[in-house]
Amino acid sequence: MRTRTNDLILQTITTVVAFIIILFSLSLFFAGHYNPGGGFVGGLMTSGAIVLLLLAYDIKTVASILPIDYKILIAVGLLFAVGTGAGALIFNVPFLTHAYDYFYLPLLGKTSLHTAVLFDTGVYLVVIGVTMTIIQTIGESE
Amino acid sequence: MNVSVIISIIIGFLLLFGAFLSLVTAFGLLRLPDVYTRNHAASKAATLGVMSILLGTFLYFYSEHGHFNSKLLLAIVFIFITAPVAGHLISRAAYHSGVKLWDKSVQDDLKHKKEYEEKARS
Repeated sequence: MRTRTNDLILQTITTVVAFIIILFSLSLFFAGHYNPGGGFVGGLMTSGAIVLLLLAYDIKTVASILPIDYKILIAVGLLFAVGTGAGALIFNVPFLTHAYDYFYLPLLGKTSLHTAVLFDTGVYLVVIGVTMTIIQTIGESE
Repeated sequence: MNVSVIISIIIGFLLLFGAFLSLVTAFGLLRLPDVYTRNHAASKAATLGVMSILLGTFLYFYSEHGHFNSKLLLAIVFIFITAPVAGHLISRAAYHSGVKLWDKSVQDDLKHKKEYEEKARS
């Protein structure tokens, strides 16, 4: 029998800490090329932040904060990965050939932009989608 | 003594202090009588111990290699925020699932509050 809950401390800390976790996961995701990190760890960390929100609040509240269908997220991620691979075929090079160059962006200065980041974005989205689908389907089943 | 020697002494002190506090935590977990006192030892001493080890590591990389590792500072803040909350939640879950206090404890204010609330509801 579940009565009126009093999770004030957990919920307040969650709102602060979820931002730190999401920032750190984005840092891990973008650090992937030169430092430890990448799409897989970044995606797991982001879904960890969402799981923390699920622990502090209930599934309906989180679904109203983040109205995302995670199964569609898996499809979009796979589309990113296949699209980067197939994009190489347009330039008459083998499948999954990646290209990079250095660009001068207005705010960031000299930046190396690599098409492997797009592939990594696919991995990131698929990992978030799979983790959240597993956890939500287990959590919703009575 | 120049500055780098002083900084190395501070780093060594921080690392040894953190290791000592972790040892104190382990002794507290072994020797204290019930869940709440053990939780008290674990959530306080281990938090400060890990924080000072991380601060020593940060100072080492900053002074010896000139590498400003902001992840370590973020980890210090993160542990400082989350470890006491984890201790609070474990203690609360233990209390609400009916774990007994140590037989020599004299006061349990939350028990009277529970009885009072049940009386007010009925």
